Amino acid sequence: MSIAKRPNPLFRNLNAKIAALPMIATTLLVFLGCSIWTVIYSFSKSRALSLNEFVGFAQYERLFRTSRWLISMENIVIYGVLSLLISFVIGFILAALIDQKIRFEDTFRTIYLYPFALSFIVTGIVWQWILNPSLGIQETVRSWGFENFTFDLIANRGTVLYALLIAGIWQGTGFVMVLMLAGIRGVDREIWNAARVDGIPVWKTYLFVIVPMMRGVMVTTLVIVAAGIVKLYDLVVAMTQGGPGIASEVPAKYVYDFMFARANVGQALAASTVMLTTVLIILIPWVYLEYGKKKAQR
Amino acid sequence: MTVEPYEITQTKPSKSFAIEPSGAKPLRRFNPTRIMLYSVLLVAAVYYLLPLYVMMMTSLKGLPEIRLGNIFAPPVEITFAPWAKAWDTACTGLYCEGLKVGFWNSVKITIPSVVMSITIASVNGYALSNWKFKGSEVFFTILIFGSFIPYQVMLYPLVIVTRELGIFGSLQGVIFIHTIFGMPILTLLFRNYFAALPEELFKAARVDGAGFWGIFLKVLVPMSAPIFVVAVILQVTGIWNDFLFGVIFSGVKNFPMTVQLNNIVNTTQGVKEYNVNMAATLLTGAVPLAVYFFSGRFFVRGVAAGAVKG
Repeated sequence: MSIAKRPNPLFRNLNAKIAALPMIATTLLVFLGCSIWTVIYSFSKSRALSLNEFVGFAQYERLFRTSRWLISMENIVIYGVLSLLISFVIGFILAALIDQKIRFEDTFRTIYLYPFALSFIVTGIVWQWILNPSLGIQETVRSWGFENFTFDLIANRGTVLYALLIAGIWQGTGFVMVLMLAGIRGVDREIWNAARVDGIPVWKTYLFVIVPMMRGVMVTTLVIVAAGIVKLYDLVVAMTQGGPGIASEVPAKYVYDFMFARANVGQALAASTVMLTTVLIILIPWVYLEYGKKKAQR
Repeated sequence: MTVEPYEITQTKPSKSFAIEPSGAKPLRRFNPTRIMLYSVLLVAAVYYLLPLYVMMMTSLKGLPEIRLGNIFAPPVEITFAPWAKAWDTACTGLYCEGLKVGFWNSVKITIPSVVMSITIASVNGYALSNWKFKGSEVFFTILIFGSFIPYQVMLYPLVIVTRELGIFGSLQGVIFIHTIFGMPILTLLFRNYFAALPEELFKAARVDGAGFWGIFLKVLVPMSAPIFVVAVILQVTGIWNDFLFGVIFSGVKNFPMTVQLNNIVNTTQGVKEYNVNMAATLLTGAVPLAVYFFSGRFFVRGVAAGAVKG
């Protein structure tokens, strides 16, 4: 009389588990582990690497007393809001125009999207050159006879952010456009017939019928683009190095500089924890919506 | 019973990119609205193409001509000297060996990173789509949402980890990091692709006695060429364009092309040679641009994959 041993459930489907090991390790050790580590040690005193003295919120207090950090936060908020707004409006308009059964659709699309294949370093350097006040657009237009023409966004504390914006929009709008186009074309074509029968103008149909129906694509695009904006770093390094002065500093650069250039790790960890919190504030409502919806459907 | 050879050329995401336009009813060929439409599209195209044009023109001019101050004017006298200098002798702060060093470093970083990350992610995606186990979806969900965490948050612990492993500041170090951070998007890509394949295929292979690895290598991989192409394109452009990981994890000797480009252009000493800078910028952008222009729709599928959930 033998009782067949039940296989240990841990070893069931063993190959798949082994195959998924890199993924499991990445999620547990990197995404969860490293993030938690950063949050914990953001409460430590450390300047270099003996991280064992905990000092409560001291790093955060210092962080929010530092004008460079405050400027960084303000910059990323202004940049983020404007960049989202502009890239969504332009991206959607371009997608709607391309959707008009135009000729050379592929050519136009290729042109609008190519900057997205370039790195932020390349983007930043090109626009630094074009916006260069002494030899770029400003000087060119002046040489055409408009002596008082001024276009020196990049050289002024008050406007350097808009210079970054021009470059960022140039690089990223094509991506928004591609997703919007996918969204527009994903809408049932019957809608168009119905709208035509009702005599609704085309632009109204886009704005009041198609846009609301694209909610899913919109929200996903928003989350992806917004998460990208929080990471903004390379573009600033290549284009302005945070200048003039500290006028175009951003949080990601603050973290990098304190971590590697100034060896003030505790400060950097506190700053990155604030970044993490920001992303979670964007992310959690989205996750909640997505999963709440799926559960409701079941 | 014969199983029809399925035509597997599409993943779910690409459906929405079908060529068929489905928008408003086409208007008559040439009326004011139509002309307006094309004008707007052309103006936009000029804005997008302008930087490429300016880069090209500037890189072919001599410095005296640049100082005249018209960035849009084509060169009076075409010179390729800036290109030669950018490639061969431009100074990156410490030494003057040009961008070629960075180019080869980028090659040495990109190829192994692409191979590693795709190998691992394709197996992951396969396990997740065909061999779900308890908790596999949970890990996958964390992986996807983890990809939204700013890299800065995980940077320092990873520096410690790579230092402990003895690979900080080396090619292996940066390859390791690229493999980790390529995982979410690639796993998503492969999981969705494999999940969209007909299940009979998988069942038939199991009946024939193929195991986990057998099915993957002999059945799925041979029929998944398109998705591997998409993944390669996505990774080559992404890794080539990376700056942050390169500057931190690869070490001065192995700085990739983007880091070297930035060092050449934003170096404070000496005369600013705008023509050399622009040639260097074009050289750095050349690889992803070539990939983009030759791959067309595959690139679009790659960048859209993250947005269209499966």
